[in-house]
Amino acid sequence: MPEILPDFLNGLLLPALVPLGLTFKVALTATAGACVLGLGAGYALSRRSLPGRELLDAVCTLPLVLPPTVIGYYLLVLFGRRGVLGQWLQETFGVSLVFTWQGAALAACVVAFPLVCKAARTAFEGVDANLEFAARSLGAGEGSVFVRVSLPLAWRGVLAGTMLALARAMGEFGATLMLAGSLPGRTQTLSLAVYEAVQAGRDNEALFLVLLTSLVCILLLLASGKFLKLSPNT
Amino acid sequence: MALRLDIKKTLRCGSCGFELSACFEAEGRSIVLFGPSGSGKTLTLRAVAGLMAPDAGRIELDGRCLFDAAQGLNVPARERGVGLVFQDYALFPHLSVAANVGFGLGRGLFGRLDRAARSRVVELLDLAGLTGLAEARPDRLSGGQRQRVALLRALARSPRALLLDEPFSALDPLLRARMRREVRSLCQALGTPTLLITHDPEDVAEFGGTVVLYDEGRVRRVAAFRDGPEGGDEGGPGACALVLGERFSAYG
Repeated sequence: MPEILPDFLNGLLLPALVPLGLTFKVALTATAGACVLGLGAGYALSRRSLPGRELLDAVCTLPLVLPPTVIGYYLLVLFGRRGVLGQWLQETFGVSLVFTWQGAALAACVVAFPLVCKAARTAFEGVDANLEFAARSLGAGEGSVFVRVSLPLAWRGVLAGTMLALARAMGEFGATLMLAGSLPGRTQTLSLAVYEAVQAGRDNEALFLVLLTSLVCILLLLASGKFLKLSPNT
Repeated sequence: MALRLDIKKTLRCGSCGFELSACFEAEGRSIVLFGPSGSGKTLTLRAVAGLMAPDAGRIELDGRCLFDAAQGLNVPARERGVGLVFQDYALFPHLSVAANVGFGLGRGLFGRLDRAARSRVVELLDLAGLTGLAEARPDRLSGGQRQRVALLRALARSPRALLLDEPFSALDPLLRARMRREVRSLCQALGTPTLLITHDPEDVAEFGGTVVLYDEGRVRRVAAFRDGPEGGDEGGPGACALVLGERFSAYG
């Protein structure tokens, strides 16, 4: 037993910490972005006065239904070295998203965005319109109505969507692979590392990474369930 | 309060449609819009409050134009300076009684209350005997208490006029009679004129004043009485008799 432990540490656990840390970095960044964008888009889509909102809703839902490879291709066309936005980023800021962890985060963000957006739209539409009317007639401007009435009444739904987005971002594979590749230590997240290990026939490593990923996801689900239940009723 | 109103609004929901075409002028401490359910009273009130923009027409309150389709003028609800009490009260469920009452006094994006606003809230809660419930959430209140909170919230900003949308219909009959008197005396104490919507003749008897009769989206008649039951024989009972004697198409 004492001889196996160092082997386990050096052979499996320590190498796995790199993709694990990277997964968290990428997923949390992506979730933060998806949360802010999804909140705004969901609120806008919940307004009846928004012109063409069902079309916009369909566009916002697209990343949920398109194959990840298609999203990855779009992102490459947009943010690749010869892409419109990619060239602009390169010329203005001197950065490229291809083969970087920021690129992986962008891909995960796009894929996770619809989950926040959908949940936020439903939550904002669930807010009694009379309450927003009441706030307006009491002198509140649109921003104030959002901060003081709509958001406090809808935040639970938005948070639930954000949790789903985090889970989705952690499991992101296809779009990330297309835009950021699978560079160990740079862009190789857990899901990519599992694929690599299986392809290379490193079965022990693959099994360990799979178990580790499952464990992390279970802990995340337990935490989010507890967090959502403990929060005060509104 | 002097209200001059001439508005048109068409609502469509699938095959059914509703057309409101209301035109009247009324003046006094109390104006009552009376008519059966679905006769366009609430729509009129929402237009006055600025929650609904009519398709055409003009609304003038105390000589100030609030809406004019011809000029493209539509004063936003927050700048109209009218208080509104909703039929279901529409209290903010995530805020305490005190925060509900003080909502309209808040400044800035987050609605911070300064010292004067806080003391105004304390004063108002005291006036309605709600001091002990200042920190309670609306879902813990009884029907009458909710109504008082909704009333105080609307009155806190010292509005030019108070608009009440069937305020007593959700209460049981005994409480209804008491709240009617309470609302009236509170509005009189604060000197706020009222525009009340109702389909209950008892409300008309209590509030009296100028009665506007609605039927099927049209104003049928405007009759001026003295305000309230203190008006003697010509006051409340007369107004009540008028609405009871009227034949509304909705009732056959």
